[in-house]
Amino acid sequence: MRLVFGSLFAFVVAAVVGLGATWLALSRGVAFGGVTIGAWTAWPKTGTSEIDPYARAVVAQTGRLPIGSGDGVAFFAQTDDRGRMFDGRCDVVVNGTTPPARFWTLTLYDRSGSLVANSINRYGFTSQEIVRRADGTFEIVIAPRARPGNWLPTGGVERYVLVLRLYDTPVGVASRTGREAPMPAVLAGACP
Amino acid sequence: MSVIRLLLWSLGGILLGGIVHLTSVLVLPRTATQDAYSRLEPLTPVNTVAALPVPSPDQTLLPFMDPAFAVAVCRYDLADAPLKLTTPVGQAYTSLTFYTRFGIAYYAINDRAAGRRTIELELMTADQRSRLPEDEEVTAADRLIVESPTLTGLVVLRALSPEPSFMPVARGILAAAQCRPNPQQ
Repeated sequence: MRLVFGSLFAFVVAAVVGLGATWLALSRGVAFGGVTIGAWTAWPKTGTSEIDPYARAVVAQTGRLPIGSGDGVAFFAQTDDRGRMFDGRCDVVVNGTTPPARFWTLTLYDRSGSLVANSINRYGFTSQEIVRRADGTFEIVIAPRARPGNWLPTGGVERYVLVLRLYDTPVGVASRTGREAPMPAVLAGACP
Repeated sequence: MSVIRLLLWSLGGILLGGIVHLTSVLVLPRTATQDAYSRLEPLTPVNTVAALPVPSPDQTLLPFMDPAFAVAVCRYDLADAPLKLTTPVGQAYTSLTFYTRFGIAYYAINDRAAGRRTIELELMTADQRSRLPEDEEVTAADRLIVESPTLTGLVVLRALSPEPSFMPVARGILAAAQCRPNPQQ
């Protein structure tokens, strides 16, 4: 009788620990081999056959199709350079240059990966659309209310994710530092 | 005494939990019902190029899609024959990404890497490739052959619209793309 209770107890512990760890790993987005430059993180291996089992599970569970490594690489940011979470009611400035790439796009998503509704139906910028300074650098202001220049509206959502995708780029699994891949600075600013 | 027993059972449970965890992570891709392939299955006929709707706030077919791209999908099944894919190349940027049934991007190519005015390639299983006649292997140098690790999967065609007004052009490029069975003699 003791044995039955004991093993039942062990099975319950196993189920809670095992499935709990899986749930945590998938909802937190555990993935290995990330390349972090400033506020931006990419997982270049996720776009290859060498994708790790955790990323594989996230891909299957969420239904996303990761960008293939022969196509490009996607950098994700949820905080600014100082680690402050993006807040759609405040201003965030993305400023600087991007790594070499034929094209890049910057897109704003909510945390589940949907676009965020806004008054001008702008969900992001492409490298062709952006207004640049004379030296080729650019500044994008991500804010709830209209701004001059490159304004990316937040639609007032509380939390969002920025994705900078580089297409046809030498940046990939081997890139480690900001010197090889100069990512734009991200700074949270005024909060009304 | 019973406390020690309880601790031992808990320890056993935690060890077993580790196995449960690893197994569930490995099994999950095969049991997921909301993966990209399952979501696209009702919208895309097999072995044909089908355009996907442009993502919008109220329509998220797949999460984290780039709204600057026109996207079309060829959902393939290689059981009967290999496939032949052709895509015209736009002014801006066009790419093809190959995913297995479980969403793993095993191959991707862009217009510049393809180096021609149209991207033309053949998709087959390793088995079908090994059955290619010898003399065809000689000419295979200028044929682009992609080997699919699974019998079914997705080819995702993407054409960039650098500005919103180019979207109809980008969609037009993909409308001219083809994906069709190419039986071996």
